[in-house]
Amino acid sequence: METIDLEQHFDAKLAKNEMIEPKDWMPDNYRKHLIRQISQHAHSEIVGMLPEGNWITRAPSLRAKIVLLAKVQDEGGHGLYLYTAAETLQISREELLDQLHTGKAKYSSIFNYQTLTWADIGAVGWLVDGAAIMNQVMLQRTSYGPYARAMVRICKEESFHQRQGYEIMCHLAFGTPAQKEMAQDAMNRWWYPTLMMFGPKDANSSNSANAIKWKIKRESNDELRQRFVNQTVAQAEYLGIKIPDENLKWNETKKGYDFSDPDWAEFNNIIHGHGPCNKERIGARVKAHENGKWVREAAAAFGKKQNAIDVAA
Amino acid sequence: MNNQALFNFLLRIGDTNLILAQRLSEWTGHGPFLEEDLALTNIALDLFGTSRSVLEYAAKIEEKGRTEDDLAFLRGEREFVNPLICELPNGDYAFTIARQCIVDAFQLHFYSELVKSKDETIAGISAKAIKETKYHFRHSASWMERFGNGTEESHERLQNALNFIWAYTEDVFATDAGYNELIKTGIVPEMAAIKSAWEKSMNEVLAKSSVSKPENVFMQKGSLKGIHTEQFGYLLTEMQYMQRAFPGAKW
Repeated sequence: METIDLEQHFDAKLAKNEMIEPKDWMPDNYRKHLIRQISQHAHSEIVGMLPEGNWITRAPSLRAKIVLLAKVQDEGGHGLYLYTAAETLQISREELLDQLHTGKAKYSSIFNYQTLTWADIGAVGWLVDGAAIMNQVMLQRTSYGPYARAMVRICKEESFHQRQGYEIMCHLAFGTPAQKEMAQDAMNRWWYPTLMMFGPKDANSSNSANAIKWKIKRESNDELRQRFVNQTVAQAEYLGIKIPDENLKWNETKKGYDFSDPDWAEFNNIIHGHGPCNKERIGARVKAHENGKWVREAAAAFGKKQNAIDVAA
Repeated sequence: MNNQALFNFLLRIGDTNLILAQRLSEWTGHGPFLEEDLALTNIALDLFGTSRSVLEYAAKIEEKGRTEDDLAFLRGEREFVNPLICELPNGDYAFTIARQCIVDAFQLHFYSELVKSKDETIAGISAKAIKETKYHFRHSASWMERFGNGTEESHERLQNALNFIWAYTEDVFATDAGYNELIKTGIVPEMAAIKSAWEKSMNEVLAKSSVSKPENVFMQKGSLKGIHTEQFGYLLTEMQYMQRAFPGAKW
């Protein structure tokens, strides 16, 4: 088939809402866009293990420790599904990790913020995972099959994570004055960074148009951000925690809340490597990878020797 | 309290699992590669789970209204009775694996006998732990084999780890008068048989891994009396920070 026919065939599949599979022809830019997005998502999962992992050894009860450890392990598992999905687009894990370690590939900027108190673990689960779910639910219907299927599994676990975060916030919000104060402080620090997670405003989002055309993405940044705010206000009210926005107000005409923009200059700074923990996060990933080199080499060498023995036998 | 010996024994098992899991969980997010990060975290989760069940039961036996969290987060250094080997800092991955393999082999044989305990709760906890420990031991023993026979570097790292850690093996099998009382009532097994089963397993693993067993090692001890390594206080400080900083809060 001519390229033009292949492209028509591809467009027709999209139009019928059929999944694109690894063996199907796809435009180069579609493949590139997917590699960028899926790997960015995978990197976000494994970098995301770090801010929460920061509290595993200090979790305040055995139950809280086990739940947090299981949660951080889930994030690692998500990273694994997603790397595997990206590998179906003919790129190796080694290349993907190399892109992360050299700064060529991005990960979600939210993980460049610090987790300073135990309440931050609650806020990350409730707000950050809550925001992530908004994005991810839509991705279960994304046009690339392996990505969509990975997202189905991930979404199931993420909604559990959000409940776990909210549960931590409940303990704090209905606890001692010091616990309440800790919860409010976490809200004050995490609210605007969470709003940034949906990406720039639609008018300024360079990657969005293609993503929507190719049905990789099915809703815009602003639509998702609005839905997140609408959902979160009532949850914060129940906790008696104040959202740090004087302009937050119900708007009857649009049936949603009006709210203030996050500081986009801060967002850009973090994207360009100047967040509170950018260097620490990448530093920790690089260190783990380098320290693990001899382990991976030993496993490979041993595997090779075993194969040789099997062949000889 | 009539149950003092039983309480002390439960603390020993609870602390063994808790402190080793605490060390393992330091690796989460920092493992040598993703699959192994997940596997080690899984083992930590199993051990935390066992420690929680055991400490919960210990608190019940004690009858002083304490909870498993009180026992984990509000006891001081001298009240912890985990074998010293559990608290040793992680070192490199060869050290973590050698430490794990030694404890896994012990726990496997120990639970296999403890499952026959006349105490039904202990027997029940052991039955669950055996299944998990079988997998843990397979994991650590297979990494011993990979390291010992992998590259020159991995072989050297494993041998160095064993040379250091062997001094802490005897302490794993320590018993006291209270333990001997529990043997008489059929609650716990004789330790001598477990030790020889452990030695047999370790000899097999070391031989398969082409590393040598350190000889004429001066053995460190003291855990049953709450005499720990210097690093232990730091581990507890970190683990107990929240409960100490916010007394009486619920999480």
